[in-house]
Amino acid sequence: MLDASIRNKYTAVIGLEVHAQLLTNSKMYSSDANEYGNMPNTNISVITLAHPGTLPKVNKKAVEYAVKMGIACGSTITRDNHFARKNYFYPDLPKGYQISQDKTPICVGGKIEIKLKDGQERSIGLTRIHMEEDAGKSIHMAEEVDTLIDLNRAGVPLIEIVSEPEIRTSDEAYAYLTEIRKLVRYLEICDGNMEEGSLRCDANISVMLNGAKEFGKKVEVKNMNSIRNVQRAIEHEIERQIIEIEKGNTIVSETRTFDATVGDTHSMRAKEDMNDYRYFPEPDLSPLIITEEYLNEVKAKMPPLPNELYKKFTKQYGLSEYDALVLTDTKEVALYYDELCSLTKNYKAASNWIMGPVKSYLNELTLSIEEFPVKPAQLADLIALIDANKVSFSVASQKIYPELTKGTTKSALEIAEDLNLIQVGDQDFIQQVVDEVLAANPAKVQEYKDGKKGLLGMFMGEVMKKSKGKADPKLASELLAKSLD
Amino acid sequence: MSLIHKEMKKVDHDTLKKMAHLSRLEFDQANGEKMINSMNEILDWVEKLNEIDTDAVAPLITMSEEVNQLREDVVKEELPHEKGLQNAPKRDSDYFRVPKVME
Repeated sequence: MLDASIRNKYTAVIGLEVHAQLLTNSKMYSSDANEYGNMPNTNISVITLAHPGTLPKVNKKAVEYAVKMGIACGSTITRDNHFARKNYFYPDLPKGYQISQDKTPICVGGKIEIKLKDGQERSIGLTRIHMEEDAGKSIHMAEEVDTLIDLNRAGVPLIEIVSEPEIRTSDEAYAYLTEIRKLVRYLEICDGNMEEGSLRCDANISVMLNGAKEFGKKVEVKNMNSIRNVQRAIEHEIERQIIEIEKGNTIVSETRTFDATVGDTHSMRAKEDMNDYRYFPEPDLSPLIITEEYLNEVKAKMPPLPNELYKKFTKQYGLSEYDALVLTDTKEVALYYDELCSLTKNYKAASNWIMGPVKSYLNELTLSIEEFPVKPAQLADLIALIDANKVSFSVASQKIYPELTKGTTKSALEIAEDLNLIQVGDQDFIQQVVDEVLAANPAKVQEYKDGKKGLLGMFMGEVMKKSKGKADPKLASELLAKSLD
Repeated sequence: MSLIHKEMKKVDHDTLKKMAHLSRLEFDQANGEKMINSMNEILDWVEKLNEIDTDAVAPLITMSEEVNQLREDVVKEELPHEKGLQNAPKRDSDYFRVPKVME
């Protein structure tokens, strides 16, 4: 571990490049399937295999998804787009070039708003978001003399989201990636699964003395398959660079790979040996013009975004930041809560219900909220019953809610009536129950009178049990105390 | 373009080696000098274009007037697995096989 006094002399400068596989049906430039997990080399076409004489054609949906991401990040959408060839040789790239965007990325600028653990908020600027295609998969196996090539992934549409070098800590990088994953999931343009590689991240990291004007030499770190591992890799790389500099060594620009099992990084190649990609305009694709009309069409299709809902939940519904963050974690839960709040005014109770009984029900059965059998209207009705003192919370959560989760069309009130659970505020009824309870426990009554006042809770429990939870607890405890004294 | 700088740096032996590497081609060392010369001749010839002032001319990116030739996001089974693999120099029942690539 690096001594904090040394560590604190340095500032880290981090920029992230995130690749997101788009959830289209077909590929970026050809109509073979974009589908994960199929038998090798079954999602292929002559275009994917780069047969001579074949021509690519841009997937409309992929463009729409890239534009959506740009709108969500507040980027400027480029009106005149063209595609570019990025040339390099690798066996999983059949054409010998990747069709990407170079001079005209579809989105320019914009930002990602992040929230840190200590509640601080920051915004991280974006350089650009551009469209491109994925490469195939090379499988290197120790016992094989050959490398095996699977081209199912070749040509899958990607957006690459490039941040400005404005990230300063691994915590910020963690929050940034979490936010990007949330965004692409809200937009339903990428499933955000880092373990399966549908969301990937490379980190550019350098360190400099605090207050320095010039950034240090940057090192690119690859091969992190979870957000947590990105954080670990950055943390490790910052320390490694500081230790090297403190030893009097210079940092070389290079690409390093992260080893998740030990948590350190190894050099892959020096930047000088890196490819010269010789970008040039793709002659096989016509320019892509984004019109005002098209932009407005896409804007009209935008779902509510996590930050908008977060603001609504904290400002309009008065939730705590923590509650709002939990409820906006996925769009589906956030929209369920929002709908619930259009049916009840007790926003806090609505949030407690979702974060409590609803979440635990879903977790227990590993369901998503779309599969949740209780409709927001039914839950709102249940909250109204509690608020009107018709049932206690415990009766609601233990008797009525389980009935609702069985998937009924009945309202909470109908269930309460069917099961005879409506709380009785009738003094005569409750007095009668109190009398019965006291008559049935003469010994305990004597103990109470001898000073064991703690028994009141026991009597209360008996009253509630005998009334099947229907006695208004406030009235019951008043009558009980009066009868005993 | 990083290979050919604005001031038209002449092709030397390093450039030739770099180009051979980038295009994954081998060349006969004995012919190196000859190749350098003919590349420089090509550059000189292209250099003629710099005599024209193009400052006010937008780069020509495409010859066609067409824009927005887009495709609907529909899957078509275009190439069966077996057909896709059939011309591969080396293959097995699932994969294309290539000489071992070392990272």
